[in-house]
Amino acid sequence: MSGVFSATRAKISEKTLRTDRWWLQPAFIVLVLTSFIIYSTFRAFENNNYFSASNSLISPFYSPCLSKACVDGASLVGTPFGIFHIFGATVSPSLFILLFPLGFRLTCYYYRKGYYRSFWMSPPACAVAEPHKTYTGETRAPLILQNAHRYFFYAGLVLNVFLSIDAVLAFRRQVNGEMQWGHVSVGSLVLLANATFLWLYSLSCHTCRHTIGGRLRNFSKHPVRYKAWTYVSILNHKHQNFAWISLFGVALADLYVRQVSSGSITNFFFF
Amino acid sequence: MARNINMRIWRGNVTDGGLENVVVEANEGEVVLDVIHRVQATQMGDLAVRWNCKAGKCGSCSMEINGKPRLACMTQLSSFKEDETITVTPLRAFPVIKDLVTDVSFNYRKAMEVPAYAHPVNLAPGEARMEQVDVERSQEFRKCIECFLCQDTCHVIRDHEENKKSFAGPRFFIRIAELDMHPLDTLRNRKKTAQEEHGLGMCNITKCCTEVCPEHIRITDNAIIPMKERVVDVKYDPLRWLGSKISKREGIV
Repeated sequence: MSGVFSATRAKISEKTLRTDRWWLQPAFIVLVLTSFIIYSTFRAFENNNYFSASNSLISPFYSPCLSKACVDGASLVGTPFGIFHIFGATVSPSLFILLFPLGFRLTCYYYRKGYYRSFWMSPPACAVAEPHKTYTGETRAPLILQNAHRYFFYAGLVLNVFLSIDAVLAFRRQVNGEMQWGHVSVGSLVLLANATFLWLYSLSCHTCRHTIGGRLRNFSKHPVRYKAWTYVSILNHKHQNFAWISLFGVALADLYVRQVSSGSITNFFFF
Repeated sequence: MARNINMRIWRGNVTDGGLENVVVEANEGEVVLDVIHRVQATQMGDLAVRWNCKAGKCGSCSMEINGKPRLACMTQLSSFKEDETITVTPLRAFPVIKDLVTDVSFNYRKAMEVPAYAHPVNLAPGEARMEQVDVERSQEFRKCIECFLCQDTCHVIRDHEENKKSFAGPRFFIRIAELDMHPLDTLRNRKKTAQEEHGLGMCNITKCCTEVCPEHIRITDNAIIPMKERVVDVKYDPLRWLGSKISKREGIV
């Protein structure tokens, strides 16, 4: 017997004596994250309905579009990757880039808390005994790879730049066969909101906080970095909120672009 | 206005024990420690409970109340429903001595394993000067009252007795962070030893330590994660390692 049932601990047969609904939060996280994983996997492999040329909208799951399999006009910086086939199906352009946002969220300090608790039950909640007999934390493979978070953060920043450009380009409208600037549609606002949420999520990241100034020993010798660190620290306080908002934001932005590009709905232009 | 409340109090020692039901009078404005004292005075004269300041500043009355690690002197009875039974047990991560008193000496052994502040040899006592911005991060960690609720709730040792040998726990990670962030501390290998000797890598940042801290120290965000990032700087980031070889930057040891 180990843990709370060890020989020297108080003899209590229950794994926890908590009387509140401690299981609610992990259950909610399992539900939401599982739904997101199912939806994003479907969309990553769908390889369709991710770009609307007339509305200048591209799904965040497919931007930047780097494969020769991308539909005309979807690529912003060229197509360095050729067309690959697996089991007769064309490899979706999404799969060339999704590793980076996926890795960023997977190694994120907030999501780690979320999925360690809810999926791995290590522990399921505070002061609730976990079911595992042994525990080595993040000291061995594969979890030692969580230490690569900063590299996914850097890659995430690059993707944010692309998604911001996409949001700016969405303020155009096709008129008489030509793209004209200065128009605002629901789609432009959706992509703008998505890019904003992703920037807030990235800039509030613990690695960002460390990189910008947290690693310093003497703030007084680096006043500019100290100031930047204080701002990032304010954002960092809300990192959990930004993690969820940006997750919903990216899924909803993709869903909107999908519906527009498939013709299910019309992108409404305010002007 | 006085009313009666139902309680279950764990009584026993290292060999045996269990929860005992008791009904006790409670008055408006009282905390859990008050009614435990009333039980001790009126019904269980030999009930063992550790307490001291009754103001949330000494960290003595740590126990588990309805399964949550809390200070009994800071837990208002008004935070429970009127008909709710309040269950009180000793800390479940440490060996029990008697009733609500546990042996927390594990923490003092771990405290001794953390090397003390190392003052610069070229600075005589009284000559040290530090800017406020350089020490304010560490000052948050100095609020710790050593109640060990964070240690109690940390599943690394709570659920795995065998990890106690190699894991210092959140209370001592904030101590290590405090020293590593100290502008004058000259011991430069704290990052590596945090990972290799004090078990920082065992922490999977589930933030329970932060949730239970009565001083509201942001243990995970301000101490553990910054230390994990500092460890990455010196152990897992090839670019930072290369940079340290080229520029011999301070702190990369």
